[in-house]
Amino acid sequence: MSERIVLGIESSCDETGVGVVRLYDDGRVELLADEVASSVEQHARFGGVVPEVASRAHLEAMIPTARRALAASGLGLEDVHSVAVTAGPGLAGALLVGLASAKAYAAVLGKPLYGVNHLAGHVAADTVQHGPLPSPCLALLVSGGHTQLLLVEDLATKITEIGSTIDDAAGEAYDKVARVLNLPYPGGPPIDRLAKQGNPEAIAFPRGLTGPRDAKYDFSFSGLKTAVARWVEERERAGEPIPLADVAASFQEAVADVLTAKAVRAATELGVGTLVISGGVAANSRLSGLAGERCAEAGIELRVPRPRLCTDNGAMIAALGAHLVAADVAPSELDIAADPALPVSTVSI
Amino acid sequence: MLVLALDTATPAVTAGVVALADGSVPRTLARRTTVNARAHGELLTPHVREVVAEAGITLAELHAVVVGAGPGPFTGLRVGMVTAATFGHALDRPVYPVGTLDAIAVAVDGAEPLLVATDARRREVYWAAYDAAGNRVTGPHVQRPADLAERLPELAVRRAAGQGAELYADLLGLPVAQPWHPSPDALVAVAAKDLLTGADPAPLTPLYLRRPDAEVPVARKRVTRP
Repeated sequence: MSERIVLGIESSCDETGVGVVRLYDDGRVELLADEVASSVEQHARFGGVVPEVASRAHLEAMIPTARRALAASGLGLEDVHSVAVTAGPGLAGALLVGLASAKAYAAVLGKPLYGVNHLAGHVAADTVQHGPLPSPCLALLVSGGHTQLLLVEDLATKITEIGSTIDDAAGEAYDKVARVLNLPYPGGPPIDRLAKQGNPEAIAFPRGLTGPRDAKYDFSFSGLKTAVARWVEERERAGEPIPLADVAASFQEAVADVLTAKAVRAATELGVGTLVISGGVAANSRLSGLAGERCAEAGIELRVPRPRLCTDNGAMIAALGAHLVAADVAPSELDIAADPALPVSTVSI
Repeated sequence: MLVLALDTATPAVTAGVVALADGSVPRTLARRTTVNARAHGELLTPHVREVVAEAGITLAELHAVVVGAGPGPFTGLRVGMVTAATFGHALDRPVYPVGTLDAIAVAVDGAEPLLVATDARRREVYWAAYDAAGNRVTGPHVQRPADLAERLPELAVRRAAGQGAELYADLLGLPVAQPWHPSPDALVAVAAKDLLTGADPAPLTPLYLRRPDAEVPVARKRVTRP
């Protein structure tokens, strides 16, 4: 069997992504194209993703993005060996656009369709940049919609969630704190920028679920967000100026501290030598910085894909599809349904 | 010419292969219709494969795609639109959008002014009115059936078609004719002139008729008491 080309389609939230990868016989996955159309600006004034706005944008962007990806790859549709698409989890109406399109591509090409898990795709994104993952490895997935610790024994078949947020996702906490500080949506980049000028130890914000009786691998960011709001409101009421940079830095420190402490603890306790951090929040400078320090101390290899691969994209879905092809996993039927709550243990449906 | 016709703007998931020739009415070679408002995404492409097989052709033998552009409930409508757009891209064939209500109107026998109404959910209907010659005189609109009923005297329609007309038949007080949903040959009939002349297709813009439900947040909610 020679090289195989996999087309990947992603539409679970507010990015329409189409990626193209080449799978080599030795299992290596090469990135050929990664085109993304984002509707983030249309959501900004609402302070969060509006599902119907996102779905409308996916419909408009789907074919143009696919055309751009194919053009960038230098290949034609006739070269495609398999089509991979996000089947869940995500916004129902948004997922449906990419899934319907992928089915039609697969039907015309007469090629296999793989309906895949978006979260597993975030882990697969790293293999495009850093090569195959060792087995087992641990993945920390942090984005606006997800905060999870995953034990990855086999990217194509065996992923187990060992912890997740019990309330807000980490990225959601960033967006909410950004509103408190009158910073724009999405909150991650402006808070990260502001935090660089502040003192991360200025305010002792709480570290959620870090007590001795708390679930050791689960996360909670709702209390942290409320603590920041309360701190700011009390200063406002007293007529005192708000030290924005210190608030941002102290909040960011609390998030990065909890995420990295729990991830490193899990890796150590489970005897796993590699930690992958992916998802939109992985682009946060303090999170990757602190993870680097703590992984080095604990003798754990840290892998963080470049920011472009961390946020939602089609290349990660193509990459996951390539791993499924390489592992001889059975393809999906053309009548599969999108599953907004697809558990991460289901890598493909 | 062989045309693939799709519509997902009503609870019916419709796919058909239609033969179209100059000077004759479109002829359906194979069709699948499943009435299930929650299964558009699951069923549409499987239906396409079935009708193509039943018509004894391959997808590559199709000359064009016609798709109902609504109005219709958003999620289902998008399935048909993106599926048609993808078939168009992958087959390198033109895709012609047509009004779903127009495709229902064209299939109604007889020459009397006609109201077409489909179910818009939320206790509203999508509707349009047609004159005796079959030309659309107003619409498509989305409205509550009671408000539409008030406009009926000025519209001077004599009968109605579409599932929305059947659902609210008591309020509208018009005899309801078939069909409830658009058929493949009717979808192709609406686009027949453009198909036969090879006209440039209109952009694939869905007829949503409603804005997304979204509110711009006003002031942030405080967590402490003032």
